[in-house]
Amino acid sequence: MKNGLAAQLPVGLSHALEPLAEVWVYLAATPLFGLTLTLSAYIVADYVSARSGRRPIANPVLWSVLAIIAVLTATGTPYRRYFEGAQFVHFMLGTATVALAVPLARLWPELRARSATLLGALALGATTSIVVTLGAAWALGASPVILASLLPKSVTAPIAMGVAEKVGGSATLAVVFTMTTGIVGALIVAPLLNALGVRDWAARGYAIGLASHGIGTARAWSVHPRAGAYASLAMGLHGVFGALLLPWLGGWLTR
Amino acid sequence: MIQGLAVLLLFQSLGEALVQLSGAPVPGPVLGLVALLAFLVWRQRNGLGEWKPLAQAADGLLAHLSIFFVPVSVGVMLYWEPLAREGLAWIVAIIASTVAAIAVTALFLKHRLGEPGDEESPP
Repeated sequence: MKNGLAAQLPVGLSHALEPLAEVWVYLAATPLFGLTLTLSAYIVADYVSARSGRRPIANPVLWSVLAIIAVLTATGTPYRRYFEGAQFVHFMLGTATVALAVPLARLWPELRARSATLLGALALGATTSIVVTLGAAWALGASPVILASLLPKSVTAPIAMGVAEKVGGSATLAVVFTMTTGIVGALIVAPLLNALGVRDWAARGYAIGLASHGIGTARAWSVHPRAGAYASLAMGLHGVFGALLLPWLGGWLTR
Repeated sequence: MIQGLAVLLLFQSLGEALVQLSGAPVPGPVLGLVALLAFLVWRQRNGLGEWKPLAQAADGLLAHLSIFFVPVSVGVMLYWEPLAREGLAWIVAIIASTVAAIAVTALFLKHRLGEPGDEESPP
């Protein structure tokens, strides 16, 4: 765990760096390190994403994670040590989930008026997603832990993590799959729906929010506010129904 | 902002308490979401407007929703091996199911909601 770089430096320089190395060893052992690294990496990645005009490929989660892994690997810091600091950010994921109630409440009158159609679309889209996911992964020989972690991949990550753990998967794998699903959806949604001739922002937003949760929803907001509103709605509904029904489905499938 | 955050944490705690009491197989924050939504809809029905501190706290958190996924995603470094070994299966499954889910949902809604007016059209 001692600074791996110092050992490779010339003796004189290494002596000069010794107090710095001690400071590093001290800081790396406090929660401050993981917390600061998380916020700094995200701020840089989010800035680059904004400057790129929110291109899907410049996804801030993807690039913060890669940057943090690079720093942890280079400094020989184990994940557990990093998480001691990053857990404070992680904790707020639950609070952010509760906060989704606020945009949903704003849309409540319109949601109620269209509830039958929107719930039908949710049932159809969610079922399609699960059948194709599990069918393809199973046919290609995925192991049970991968299958269980794939099950909730279209619902928003905080819920997907909880569901994956309930059905014998891994919360971390579920997040990897959820993030990949979000990025894939954000990349393909516009060309796909243009090809299919779907021009209604409500339908376009709802479809991406249902299939690709937060990342798809962020994408929809950046294109049109109506698409964003419907994406939030679909993400929220899929999250609530996913949380309620997927653990039951997972238990039934693994029986 | 702080008051709003306190309300969110209060409903998060309520959700966790309900999960503990009921043993329901649902993450606590989801029950917190449902409880807060019910409360906000009740406020609307009684003609109460949006409470600003709560709206600020929620919009603030949701504007940077992405960052909260970072710490747990970094955990992928513990799973390189199974992810690489079964890479084909999960990548194909995710791409195929995402295309299918978006297409099916959007076509169903196009059929049910009808064509939008011209001002609604994407470029």
